[in-house]
Amino acid sequence: MTKLSMTVNGKPVSGNVEGRTLLVDFLRQDLHLTGTHVGCDTSQCGACTVHVNGVAVKSCTMLAAEADGADVATIEGQANADGSLNVIQQAFQDHHGLQCGFCTPGMVMATADLLKNNPTPNEADVRHHLDGNICRCTGYHNIVKAVLAASGQDVDAVAAE
Amino acid sequence: MPKDSGIGASPKRREDIRFLTGLGQYTDDISLTGETHAVFARSQVATGIIKSIDTSAAENMPGVLAVFTGDDFVDVGGNPAGWLINSRDGEPMKEPKRPVLAHGKVRHVGDAYAAVIAETAEQARDAAEAIEADIDEQPAVVDMKSALAGGALVHDEIGTNQCFDWGWIEDNRAATDAAIKSAPHVTTLELVNNRLVPNAMEPRASTGVFDPGTGDYTLYTTSQNPHLTRLLICAFVLGIPENKLRVVAPDVGGGFGSKIYHYGEEALVLSAAKKLGRPVRWTASRSESFLTDAHGRDHVTKIEIACEKDGTFLAFRTETMANVGAYLSNFSTATPTFLHGTLMAGNYTVPTLYVNVKAVFTNTAPVDAYRGAGRPEATYSLERAIDKCAQELGMDPLALRRKNFIKPDQFPYAAAAGLEYDTGNYHALVDKLEELADLSGFEARRAATKATGKLRGIGVNTYIEACGIAPSNLVGVLGSRVGLYDAATVRVNATGNISVMVGAHSHGQGHETAFPQVVADMLGIDEGSIDIVHGDTSKIPFGMGTYGSRSLAVCGSAVVRATEKIINKAKKIAAHMMEASEQDVEFSEGQFSIAGTDKSVGFGDVALKAYIPHNFPIEDIEPGLEETAFYDPANFTYPAGAYACEVEVDPDTGKVTIDRFTAVDDFGNVINPMIVTGQVHGGLAQGIGQALLENCTYDENGQILSASFMDYAMPRASDLPLYTVDHSCQTPCTHNPLGVKGCGEAGAIGSPPAVVNAVINALHSGGHTDVTHIDMPVSPARVWAAMNS
Repeated sequence: MTKLSMTVNGKPVSGNVEGRTLLVDFLRQDLHLTGTHVGCDTSQCGACTVHVNGVAVKSCTMLAAEADGADVATIEGQANADGSLNVIQQAFQDHHGLQCGFCTPGMVMATADLLKNNPTPNEADVRHHLDGNICRCTGYHNIVKAVLAASGQDVDAVAAE
Repeated sequence: MPKDSGIGASPKRREDIRFLTGLGQYTDDISLTGETHAVFARSQVATGIIKSIDTSAAENMPGVLAVFTGDDFVDVGGNPAGWLINSRDGEPMKEPKRPVLAHGKVRHVGDAYAAVIAETAEQARDAAEAIEADIDEQPAVVDMKSALAGGALVHDEIGTNQCFDWGWIEDNRAATDAAIKSAPHVTTLELVNNRLVPNAMEPRASTGVFDPGTGDYTLYTTSQNPHLTRLLICAFVLGIPENKLRVVAPDVGGGFGSKIYHYGEEALVLSAAKKLGRPVRWTASRSESFLTDAHGRDHVTKIEIACEKDGTFLAFRTETMANVGAYLSNFSTATPTFLHGTLMAGNYTVPTLYVNVKAVFTNTAPVDAYRGAGRPEATYSLERAIDKCAQELGMDPLALRRKNFIKPDQFPYAAAAGLEYDTGNYHALVDKLEELADLSGFEARRAATKATGKLRGIGVNTYIEACGIAPSNLVGVLGSRVGLYDAATVRVNATGNISVMVGAHSHGQGHETAFPQVVADMLGIDEGSIDIVHGDTSKIPFGMGTYGSRSLAVCGSAVVRATEKIINKAKKIAAHMMEASEQDVEFSEGQFSIAGTDKSVGFGDVALKAYIPHNFPIEDIEPGLEETAFYDPANFTYPAGAYACEVEVDPDTGKVTIDRFTAVDDFGNVINPMIVTGQVHGGLAQGIGQALLENCTYDENGQILSASFMDYAMPRASDLPLYTVDHSCQTPCTHNPLGVKGCGEAGAIGSPPAVVNAVINALHSGGHTDVTHIDMPVSPARVWAAMNS
């Protein structure tokens, strides 16, 4: 067993895990942060996307031990301090960018990563960036619009380009 | 000015808040005290005789609590098919037992033959790998044609690989044959409706719990229909009394059909929980989902259209082989028959038609209803063939369709495939499509594309579907072993807020937002004070769940009926409160009043009186304000639509890019336009995915070649366009109280032929007029080969 400690959503946490334990399993099973989901076993679907030291990571591709000492952010820590939805979450609700909700945490985390690095993406940028996040419900139309809205751009104008 | 609440408004979805903040509760998110973990040992060969299974090493591994094999389940029942189909000769279909765990023989890759229960999932996985199974691999049956030709058998005991040989409508066969024989023109098309994997993003998961103190079982499971799952487990498989099993389907991460069915893992975790006295959890890996979830489609079809030289349709004839896989999944026999053959008249006034379907067992995963379920197969073959017919006759594809449409004044219309369509206006749909898709501007766009060296094509089609599944009397005659009503209970609490318990299950459809809109409109109260309860058999009335675009049309109608009962009872109470006659009480906007007087009481006052019945006419009215209604539809509903797709084809690579997609649908009345539009988007993505990307393939030995997201091409954001969606052409359903038709499957039904028609059109514009068809998925390799053959 490996001892580890890290910061998750701003709070220090620690645990004892098998060497083979994935970060996503540590988050879900040990910390009971079940908002991060597992949708595949080949790192294709992106439902498990979290931020590790400020970078979007599919938490099924990383051992928990590799995150020892890291600063980890999950969907549970994304809302505003008063509990209201943050800009990205609100844009997803406003534009009906989710249906069953299973891929949604990963989509929100991937979107935050995109907008950090490219604050005003166009439609093609959004689609390219989200290629590692699969949604089976929405057909992506409303997700693309939600991401553009979260960037503060005029959605219809950007989407029509 | 759009409404901001009630029917026709688009309030934001209330369920989104928990999904967006990580607070959704999916089955695998639920941890229980003392829980254990199940992992299955699955066949790695397509078929083989189980000679022995040595579990001794596994049983002695760390943390292992129990190992089960097929021997442990020989005395329990099989998982049944829900629909009895009779062959043309009157013989009932062949129905081999589908056991909890394979016994004697494995029949597809992934067929489970043992299960390990251990303290942790990792320990269970390690132990499952230590099970020594001596399985003597046998020749596999994979291809349907060879399966019917004789040789190896999937089920030795039934002596054939043919499940049934079904004719529809048998009495029309001779007339159809004669019409085709003598027709001035016959178009023939052979095509494959490719096998798909539903791939809801949440893999299947089940947790079984047994309480030795009460003898009660609880099953948490990823289900679209908890009561149906309970019925199957109790009445057919494990023999548990229904009142001793609670089935809970909490938040479910998409279904698309694959979570309608009962699967053996559910029975295993319940049995194991009883044996161990501890909760038993199982969650599928994505690989297991590919191997064991019910797949979709997989038809090989020949269709003929007989017509006059002017395009007037005379007869349609369809011959289909439908793969049912290694075992009959619950709806697998209904899907290629009564959800397919009955739709083969499409939107048209064809005088006669005949459909023959041979269902075939193969050593592949079971195949069952996947979004659209039979109706996409019908639409695809008919609408592709009509396009080919138009080309052969030199007619515009839309003009040929218009010529044969059922006219608006012909409804209700008894179509040649046996269904009576209540309402529709297909001409209006096509008119709207021409406008929204800017069909008149196509040639200019084609010229612009040509200047870039690419080929632009346009494909159009219409569709009809039968939704709101289903009238129990009718489906009973046709072989259904269950009724297909739904149910709702409206409970007005003493303080005036309302819980609505529904049989439908929401796993993305937004019921928690849309159903309150209906109740709020009827009661004139704030929809925020109305909550929907679903997914738990201990809380909801016996409903049949969510599939077949039925939730609003069937369960929503039950909600309306129950709410009407609430209003009727509340009127009685209000009459007493106002010392007036019940007949004089009027109800509007949440207020009960007596016409011509200033007497009035609010809905909340009546609710309070119902639960604090002081000075209450107990002899005439029961206390409380709670009503249940079951609703069984009088007919199917008949959504219809007209779709247009524009593609660009790169002649150097064969790659197809969708540039524009326009979907015009008639769903009857619409309760929440935002949600309906979202449902169409998702359906379109799945239909376009089928047309361009997705393909589940097995090799000749029955090994699945596309069992991960690295091998199976799921549509991703960059594969798809922004869609133009319209549902303003509304011919309300005449037989349900909301006038709604259902919208969940339309996009997946209507879109594949539009895509393929567009690709063929593009190739013809590039001079490849000899290319009359390309099977789905229309991949770059297939397009390139067609252009260069």
